[in-house]
Amino acid sequence: MYSEKVMDHFSNPRNAGVIENADGMGEVGNPVCGDMMTFYIKVEDEKLADVKFQTFGCVAALAVSSIVSEMAKGKTLKEAKAITKKAAAEALDGLPKEKMHCSNLGAKALAEAIANYEEKRDGKPRAVAKQTKRKRPKRHITCSHCDVKNPVTANFCMSCGEKMDH
Amino acid sequence: MKNVYMDHASATPVRKEVIEAMLPYFDQHFGNPSTVYDMGSKIKQVMEEQRAKVAKLIGAKAEEIIFTSSGAEANNLAIKGAALARQKKGKHIIISAIEHHSVLNSARFLERMDFEVTFLPVDEYGLVDQQRLSQAMRPETILVSIMHANNEIGTIEPISELSAICRERGVIFHTDAVATVGNIPVDVNELNVDLLSLSGVSLDAPKGVGALYFRDNLRLMPLIHGGIQESGRRGGTENVPAIVALGKASELAAKELPDKVNHVQGLRDLLVAGVPERIEQVKYTGHPKERLPGHASFCIEAIEGEALIFMLNQSGIYANTGSACASKALKTSPVLVAIGIPPALAQGSVVFTLSNSNTVEEIEYVLEKLPVAVDKLRSLSPLWRTKEAA
Repeated sequence: MYSEKVMDHFSNPRNAGVIENADGMGEVGNPVCGDMMTFYIKVEDEKLADVKFQTFGCVAALAVSSIVSEMAKGKTLKEAKAITKKAAAEALDGLPKEKMHCSNLGAKALAEAIANYEEKRDGKPRAVAKQTKRKRPKRHITCSHCDVKNPVTANFCMSCGEKMDH
Repeated sequence: MKNVYMDHASATPVRKEVIEAMLPYFDQHFGNPSTVYDMGSKIKQVMEEQRAKVAKLIGAKAEEIIFTSSGAEANNLAIKGAALARQKKGKHIIISAIEHHSVLNSARFLERMDFEVTFLPVDEYGLVDQQRLSQAMRPETILVSIMHANNEIGTIEPISELSAICRERGVIFHTDAVATVGNIPVDVNELNVDLLSLSGVSLDAPKGVGALYFRDNLRLMPLIHGGIQESGRRGGTENVPAIVALGKASELAAKELPDKVNHVQGLRDLLVAGVPERIEQVKYTGHPKERLPGHASFCIEAIEGEALIFMLNQSGIYANTGSACASKALKTSPVLVAIGIPPALAQGSVVFTLSNSNTVEEIEYVLEKLPVAVDKLRSLSPLWRTKEAA
């Protein structure tokens, strides 16, 4: 199921831990959807002197955090920001298809940490990208019985089994 | 490296006696049971003997057993077969919220054919309430299906009390007993059910064979149309070697069940007592007493189940999880949701299912390795840090 590289990073995660008084911190995901990652960075001369992470999640999530921290360490901020999801997955010799999106959050958490640092450095909140209007129709609806999100194609709640009206 | 297998709900090794019993039916006695010459009629007779053995294990009559390709097929045949045969009487069926996917998705299939399905909620232990069932009953209710025991949390349902409600009203009652037949004594008359599914997997028989019990000539619409095999309820030439294996396994199970129950229950109690002593913030899921003897299920705070399973795997321990990350659909186990476990805690689910082959040493080994794996994952987890700080 997983490549040897993934299993290696899972068994011996690099740079796991916390940086006290970190220059930047980024947190993505949430425990409800299964994965949560926190990245900490130490910046010297606009370079990542140290990167550490903490991750709650599956084998893929842990391996992705580990490889992203390894890829980012020692890089300039600009180089580190260029690390993508795809690059992380490739560096691990691939991830199972269903894990590509939900567990591959390392690059995003790192980018968040860098943005957090830049905010502090510049003393102003970062520019938020303009919200573009949603083009596709809404695919999700919330069950009125148990508050879980469900695809509109189902006529019952996938979580609690109650009938849904829409 | 040690090899400690504790996932007997997923698969069991086939016993030597069972393999030996089935082997001659591949090449020596290969005839088709539907043929009239002696090569076929002898096989037919052997098959009927197996039917009697399976029937005896669950207190049924031989003619009340249909052989199927799996527990899942037995569940499909029970739900769809019984509902389709009775749809002129009404189109309402009731199932519990914690049924196996083969029951759940059969019901959902019927929903698309204009049947109405009520999903009965369960309490925090996974028990179905009799009053809730009575309230859900309608004049047009034709079928109720509630599993005998749940494979994820081990809870055993009060089937005889629930089936009595259906018997009063003349509603067909089915129970999915895949998790119980072979693990605890099961008697169709005590349970008072009309349909009961079982699988070879829980009986140390090969994968790919199961059976459905149906009471007194109950009408069932076949799912596989064909000849008049299996009293016209399931077409297709019978899988004779697998049926012989199921018969032999049933015969052995009938003899050895009391010893097995004692053995696995003792081991399970050791494990259940040991885990909370060594790991803090762990919840024992399912009913504390009304549960399968060899079943221990936990939800561990601040870690994720798939990662834990791989970590245990590296120590040679094999267990299972209901974590969303371990399912292809990436959905939290509906069973854990139904018993009210918060989604984040449900991610930390781990299930051990024991059998005769497990030993006290193996339990001690798990009690040594499980806390190490949990500690390692917790040291990586941001959730654990905030919990500790709190």
